[in-house]
Amino acid sequence: MLSALLFLLALGVISGILLGIASKAFYVYEDPRIEQVENCLPGANCGGCGYAGCGAAAGAVVGGKAEPDVCIAGGNDVAQAVAAVMGMVVEMAEPQFALQTCAGGIRAETKFNYLGINDCRALALLYRGDKECEKACLGLGTCFRNCKFGAITMGTQGLPIFHSEFCTGCGKCEEVCPNGTIKVQRSTERILEFNTYSDRLAPCQQTCPAEIDIPKYIDHIKNGRYEQAVLTIKERNPFILSCGRVCPHPCEEMCRRTLGDDPVSINQLKRFVADYEMNTGRHLQIPIGSDTGHKIAVIGAGPAGLSSAYFLRRLGHSVTIYEMQPKLGGMLYYGIPEYRLPKKILGWEIQGILDLGIDVRTNVKFGVDFDLESLVASGYEAVILAVGAWKYSSARLDREDETIGVEGGTIYLERQGLGIPNPIGKTVGVIGGGNTAMDAARSSVRLGAEKVYIIYRRTEKEMPANPEEIEAAKEEGIEFLFLAAPNNIIDKDGRLTHLEYLKMKLGEPDDSGRRRPIPIEGSETRLPLDNLVLAIGQYSDLSFVDSNRRISGVEKTKWNSIKCDEDTNQTSIPYVFAAGDAFIDGPGIAVEAIGNGRQAARSIHLLFSDESMKFSKDKLRVKGNKGHIPGTIFDKIEGIDKKGRISLPQMDPKVRIHSVDEVDLTISEEEALKEANRCMNCCLTCYDKDAKKVNA
Amino acid sequence: MSDYLLMAISAIFINNILLAQYLGNCPFLGVSKKMDTATGMGMAVIFVLTLAGVITWIIDVYLLCPMDLVYLRTIVFILVIAALVQFVEIFLKKMVPALYAGLGIFLPLITTNCAVFGVAVINVREGFNFMEALVFSFTSAVGFALALVLMAGLRERMATARIPQVLEGTAIGLVTAGFMSLAFLGFMGMV
Repeated sequence: MLSALLFLLALGVISGILLGIASKAFYVYEDPRIEQVENCLPGANCGGCGYAGCGAAAGAVVGGKAEPDVCIAGGNDVAQAVAAVMGMVVEMAEPQFALQTCAGGIRAETKFNYLGINDCRALALLYRGDKECEKACLGLGTCFRNCKFGAITMGTQGLPIFHSEFCTGCGKCEEVCPNGTIKVQRSTERILEFNTYSDRLAPCQQTCPAEIDIPKYIDHIKNGRYEQAVLTIKERNPFILSCGRVCPHPCEEMCRRTLGDDPVSINQLKRFVADYEMNTGRHLQIPIGSDTGHKIAVIGAGPAGLSSAYFLRRLGHSVTIYEMQPKLGGMLYYGIPEYRLPKKILGWEIQGILDLGIDVRTNVKFGVDFDLESLVASGYEAVILAVGAWKYSSARLDREDETIGVEGGTIYLERQGLGIPNPIGKTVGVIGGGNTAMDAARSSVRLGAEKVYIIYRRTEKEMPANPEEIEAAKEEGIEFLFLAAPNNIIDKDGRLTHLEYLKMKLGEPDDSGRRRPIPIEGSETRLPLDNLVLAIGQYSDLSFVDSNRRISGVEKTKWNSIKCDEDTNQTSIPYVFAAGDAFIDGPGIAVEAIGNGRQAARSIHLLFSDESMKFSKDKLRVKGNKGHIPGTIFDKIEGIDKKGRISLPQMDPKVRIHSVDEVDLTISEEEALKEANRCMNCCLTCYDKDAKKVNA
Repeated sequence: MSDYLLMAISAIFINNILLAQYLGNCPFLGVSKKMDTATGMGMAVIFVLTLAGVITWIIDVYLLCPMDLVYLRTIVFILVIAALVQFVEIFLKKMVPALYAGLGIFLPLITTNCAVFGVAVINVREGFNFMEALVFSFTSAVGFALALVLMAGLRERMATARIPQVLEGTAIGLVTAGFMSLAFLGFMGMV
């Protein structure tokens, strides 16, 4: 008995001593913080971070190989605790969430009946699944079964529903989805994404120049999640109030509901949620990436400049905007009249963008007050030229520059923006058929002109202005002279008295597909006018290019815009980028400038991270009604109930011509819901057959 | 030599420590969900079991038997194996960091592994000499690793299979282990 006791005691002592010696002899210095960090981690050893267990992850953090937010499952609290141990400050790590990109699920037509194993991966092995659409969600719920956090439920439409409040962004669902319908991303990562042929995009989303996820925000509205809808739009377009008012909505032209009904009034829905945000009185918080320390100068605070600044800021860069005018907004402020876009609303919207941490210098002109050299000297690593198109095109009339009473549309409208008196006679003529012409004409009515004419050389059908604008101009008593081309200016003592124009007839279609107007000989007609506004086109003022040696390397196109790469916006100087109206293809609509601004922001971000700026081959390039993903512009849908779209609420024309108050009004919540329910939630080839039941 | 070969075949296939003796079931079900963890664990077991089998044999033959303390075998072996694993961990961390990085997280798991203890006890109960104990320990561990890797392969496939809900998880794991065991019994006629 005693010997046993002694033996065990001795064995214990020997083992103890041996281990003690070993731990001294084979001592490896280990940072005590590793243990502390490990204690902060959840200890689940899930491997979601990419390291073999929590201990290895802790070692990586202390070794400087991983950031304190290494633990995906633990989220922000754990990241904060780890950062505290490390004596670091972790910025609110931006969470990443899983998103479903397929809108179809069981809505998609099926190729065959499947009775096999209840698993998407097994089903996908059979001819890429049972759905006609090869990119569709197969709907067997493998993602749902693989989610450890209960963040996925299976919806009634056979689609998984993601609950962002439980989602930790671990990426397991993305991994197991055989058709790649699930994407796990931070919202700043999505800024860098542009539409591709392999994406699941509804026709409207393919058409939108800013690539807004239209079906998604309409779906949010449908379900009363207005804030989510606002955030969805702002992922692509920071100007939701402005675009909600002035956008000519090319998306609505491709709306598939048109096949049996009116198109969904997409833009009015955007305006509805935008106004909803404004009426709450505060800007919704926009997630911003952590600071990168890169400095970028943006020249011009128009839609393109502000949009690129907004996206660059969201990517974590520091941005300064230089603007020649006293107010921000560019053509949105100085080109679009008060009655279409009130300055107060525009100002509130821009303030929201600046609040993200963007610096602004106003009243400074590029090439005059500062130049590229001084920007480089101040440490800016990239420059965006978003200078807009402030010069008006000539009508090629004799003495048009000297004659008092004849002026350019941009100058005419700019004066109103600046608050300078705009003296105007009793009769005003506006040459042109675009929205600028409509703005000039409708502004003239408000300035007290008794008779306003719009002189256009083709017919109403060919007019590029929005149909709504043409309609509103007619209601306000503006007279349209179609098929009339200005020929000569008649003046008395240097002051305009008449415009002589030629009547035209339409000939063969030209390159743009519009019928070419041909003058009728001997049809000269004189129109008595006090003022004539030229609104036939605009181009950029690029006089700064010749201002100094450094910038003179920037090449110009023959249309007087800046020559740059179509995809990357990069000019002939690698760190100088062009965006908006100054971009190669010249002036366009605001939403194009906004999309283009994001493209420039993407290029600069990739320039800093030394990645290729080129897009992949399958980038979607939609121009008007061309270039859509094959098969998605289907031309037949059965079972659409004709509901008609909501009307556009407007102020009475008799009242509005005497004030500059906003003409178009916001739709009511009830109308918005009704309109949102008309959206069929198209994806690539399938649309929601159940939508019929929803509206019934 | 042929004796050792027979012993090896017997230990790996016929008397597989996991499938025939049913020792070490905890890691068999616990770390067999993924192929790479299973191989890591298998390697760690081979390393530790060979060492532990030899050391415990030495202690039994040169300490316990001469001192007539054989009845203390269980408790002594437990103590020795635990201390040994700890020692190996400390040693490897300093001297062979690469090996430690590979086996590191599995070593503490083995401290409480009954397969290690089982082999140590079989070594002395069968009255093996030193060489036999060494070969038996090593080949038993190889058998363990083999069974573990096979199981991991099966379970990776099971992840995508349609399994009745009542059998999901450990249940189907045990059923599978049973079938594997039956299959291994087929090796019975080899020796």
